[in-house]
Amino acid sequence: MKVGLFIPCYVDQFYPKVAVATLELLEKLDCEVVFPLNQTCCGQPMANSGFASLSEGCDKNFVANFGEVDYIVSPSGSCVLHVKEHLHDQDEIKASHIRRHIYELTEFIVDVLKVENITASFPYKVGMHISCHGQRGLHLSSMSELSAPAFSKPAYLLNRVKGLQLSEPKRVDECCGFGGTFCVFEEAVSVKMGKDRITEHALNEVEYITGVDVSCLMHLEGILKRQGSKVKTIHIAEILNSH
Amino acid sequence: MNPKNFNRLFFEPIQGATLSHSEAAEIFNKDEARTDWHDETLWFVREKRDKAVRQISEWEQLRTLGSDIKDHTLSNLDNYLTEFEKNAQANGIKIHWAIDAEEHNEIILRIIREQKVHQVVKSKSMLTEECHLNDFLSQRGVEVVDTDLGERIVQFRNEPPSHIVLPAIHLKKQDVSETFHEHLGTEKGNNDPQYLTEAARQHLREKFIKSQLAITGVNFAIASTGGFVVCTNEGNADMGAHAAKIHIACMGIEKIIPKAEHLGVFLRLLARSATGQPITTYSSHFHQPRAGQQMHIIIVDNGRTKQLGRPDFRSSLKCIRCAACFNTCPVYRRSGGHSYHTAVAGPIGSILNPNLDMKANADLPFASTLCGSCSNVCPVKIDIHVQLYKWRQELVSEGYTATGKKVAMKGMAFVLSHPSIYRIAGKMGRWMMRAFPFIMNNKSINPWYKQRDMPEAPKQSFRDWYKKNKQ
Repeated sequence: MKVGLFIPCYVDQFYPKVAVATLELLEKLDCEVVFPLNQTCCGQPMANSGFASLSEGCDKNFVANFGEVDYIVSPSGSCVLHVKEHLHDQDEIKASHIRRHIYELTEFIVDVLKVENITASFPYKVGMHISCHGQRGLHLSSMSELSAPAFSKPAYLLNRVKGLQLSEPKRVDECCGFGGTFCVFEEAVSVKMGKDRITEHALNEVEYITGVDVSCLMHLEGILKRQGSKVKTIHIAEILNSH
Repeated sequence: MNPKNFNRLFFEPIQGATLSHSEAAEIFNKDEARTDWHDETLWFVREKRDKAVRQISEWEQLRTLGSDIKDHTLSNLDNYLTEFEKNAQANGIKIHWAIDAEEHNEIILRIIREQKVHQVVKSKSMLTEECHLNDFLSQRGVEVVDTDLGERIVQFRNEPPSHIVLPAIHLKKQDVSETFHEHLGTEKGNNDPQYLTEAARQHLREKFIKSQLAITGVNFAIASTGGFVVCTNEGNADMGAHAAKIHIACMGIEKIIPKAEHLGVFLRLLARSATGQPITTYSSHFHQPRAGQQMHIIIVDNGRTKQLGRPDFRSSLKCIRCAACFNTCPVYRRSGGHSYHTAVAGPIGSILNPNLDMKANADLPFASTLCGSCSNVCPVKIDIHVQLYKWRQELVSEGYTATGKKVAMKGMAFVLSHPSIYRIAGKMGRWMMRAFPFIMNNKSINPWYKQRDMPEAPKQSFRDWYKKNKQ
């Protein structure tokens, strides 16, 4: 099974440690991982701003990089959802293959690899931040609005990590306020939403806030640092890859 | 650069002196304790809704059924509307058709003048808010008294409603006390809700008795019977309609449902979604005028057929105005209804209003993180967040976007389409951030930095690491 590692642009530039953890984790789980070197971005920043018409170049580049692998896996629910819903290209056969075979990391581990045991150890109090696009878009976990049985793929994995104490905030799946360009164009509301998430996690006395999307964590990290908080953010790949 | 200029360069342009959503929301957030109170008050309603919907095991099927009935109705709207008209006329109701807000208002004014009416009461109708009926009539010397308690409060204050179900939800009891002291002469500083409600009750009772004409909205109009249903928790629609000799009910064309048996689906969906009640306190059925009474129905288009003709947005007309999307929206709860500068605020308003005026409402589809919670609570399964995304595309392609944003997006698209340029830009950007942190750490040009630190810029990208360690 050949897995193409898709590392979103801002993760490549600002959070290489998350990408390294994702790569190492997939290799530990016996995947043959390739990192296509000419990848850039899924095009979501333009599309969510109303400029989907400008994302053609990104789409073309994405297909050129990932058209040949069996699966595409990424440590970002949001970017994966964007590709799944919006990737189109002149080579529609390849684009369609990508849309049907792109996975967020935890859903790939649970649904495709069907992993039941995680060897990681992380003896800390960890708060789960549920990222909206992974949850409501990719259905990584049940949604508080719906009358349906509860489940969570990320929590399924975290609960198998040695020593980890997982907690969830009172409003289990409220948005953190990142929202792509929303975080700067609606700065006041964006920050207030992030602060409110942090307040709820702090009530659980967490040492870390984790999630499946680096973007949400980057936003929360920015606020935590400004507040001088001791609480840290950590991507779920880093926890699952820890020893 | 002056932050204001920065905003104007990159934010969605908006007509005239109205503040854009983000500008108004920034002001709203200056009083953080009040923002918390507003957020928690509405979250309480969302939680009540959650409890109510979990009490019936078939909730999700009920949503599907409601959605299907509405889809069917919208696809056969012309037939159902004419069937409704025929049956209502046979019941002795006078039917009027209004192409837009102006015609709607003119019809009401004509009836008022023909019947020489001076006292008008009105129960809650978002359509009349959309048409700015109160302003229209007051400019022509007709006083309209809103009889919904929340609406009466905001009417005294000369404010629009901030929420379609809870019009005065942005106000605290102290605010209501001050307003009533000024307008009804209640004791200064008496914030007791029961005392204040009693004062409103006495005040409104007199208005009901004296009124000659009552205006109501319509929640559901039933094609097969020609009757209609108005839902209120205060009974004020009934008080008005039963006391006055003329009843005018105003409805948008999308309020039609085919049969009376469908009411069971929608009444169950509406009350649970709106307030977490199993049923609205008063679901009043009107079928024909009583002896000596006149009953009119005004059926209004006002842009709805245009929306019906937009394949991406037509399903927004399924809305039954429950406001569940308001209560669940983390942005609405933290920006308040007035930030949306439209009669219908919240997520649903953000997909309805661009249809009415793209230029004036170009900012609204961007007042969302696209988290998708609105679509999940919607009792008729409108894919609100998907339509927010699609409105963004539509607004940009129609040219309703800020110049700075357009230039930035074009630049970004160019860089990200060229892997080698992307790599150089990334390397330079990270180097700049390390070497000259003050450039990005500047609150007036970087909105991120106002209340958040920047991420650290590592020396090597993942790609650099990969090439060094894995190849």
